[in-house]
Amino acid sequence: MTSFFNGLVRFRRGAWEMLASVLIALGVVMLMQPFFLVAFTYSFIVTLVGTVMFIIVSHFPE
Amino acid sequence: MTHAPMEKIARATPAPVARRIKGLSDRAIAWIFVAPSIFLLLAVNIFPLIWTIRLSFTDYRVNRPNRDVEWVGLRNYERILTDDGIWATMQATAHFLIWTIVLQVIIGFALAYLINKKFKGNDLWTTVIVLPMMLSPAVVGNFWTFLYQPQIGLFNYVIAFFTGADPASFSMIGDVNLAPWAIVIADTWMWTPFVMLICLAGLRSIPDSIYEAAECDRASKWRQFWTITIPMALPFLMLAVLFRGIENFKMFDLVVQLTGGGPGNTTTLTSIDLKREAFERWRTGYSSAYAVILFVTVFGLASIYVKALNKVKER
Repeated sequence: MTSFFNGLVRFRRGAWEMLASVLIALGVVMLMQPFFLVAFTYSFIVTLVGTVMFIIVSHFPE
Repeated sequence: MTHAPMEKIARATPAPVARRIKGLSDRAIAWIFVAPSIFLLLAVNIFPLIWTIRLSFTDYRVNRPNRDVEWVGLRNYERILTDDGIWATMQATAHFLIWTIVLQVIIGFALAYLINKKFKGNDLWTTVIVLPMMLSPAVVGNFWTFLYQPQIGLFNYVIAFFTGADPASFSMIGDVNLAPWAIVIADTWMWTPFVMLICLAGLRSIPDSIYEAAECDRASKWRQFWTITIPMALPFLMLAVLFRGIENFKMFDLVVQLTGGGPGNTTTLTSIDLKREAFERWRTGYSSAYAVILFVTVFGLASIYVKALNKVKER
């Protein structure tokens, strides 16, 4: 966990890609879940932020 | 000797062309070769994507080209993401996606495992199993419609044989609870061979020496399966899941032919709904926003997946 936060602070690819992946997965789950309409409403923005973040952080150093 | 073909090509190049090329750097020549592909990619993929994103912020209707196009900002996105109907469509797609992938991976891997064992008629069975994949989705949809017929359908008779129920007492494509399963079964029947082929490639890439070493260490077959077969076939399995996941997210033809999205909207997947918005209700701006949402979702998932695949390969 500490190495994950260190990676975030130092702008390392691994940690930031992990964060972006979690956002994308969360967005997709929100999009397709059958329980809360409000989660569906905000799913796209979460997925979009995750995807754009993924594209940017995949250029960070290892 | 190895340069002979290159010399032949050089000699065959017309003199004026050769003179013009002589002055160019290697980089420039490389660009000349690559440029047509890049141009095609921009024209066929990138330009329509940018145009779709632009249209998604307007109220453009393609059936009224002379009407003034109004810039509506994020209104299309807002309407889509607060629509109960589209939310239900997403759930139908999730049901279809999850169950087809689970069933295809389990059955496909099991078939690959069996086919990988040498037995008499191995090649014949491989060909027979692969047949459904070679059929057109429209044809598959059509004949599964007949198989699901309550009165004459073979599927109902098979189910009746095992359960003792009356074959005419249920309709796979007419019942709101059974129709989502009807499309899952038809898609699984059609695309399991594809997953099987990918898994078979993975299983055949495992060297026998690893199993021999495990035998020497007295590892049981069960342990060999979980510690050798599964980890070494995992990148191939993941590839199969990626391909089928993306394909099934866009599934259209088979489902349209089989159920037409019904009964009600129970089997209306996102691609069917999108087609209705774009080419039946002619709401081009709205359907463009819908397409952008689906694109970002698939793109995001594919990004994660490719990263995971690379990690597994590195191991």
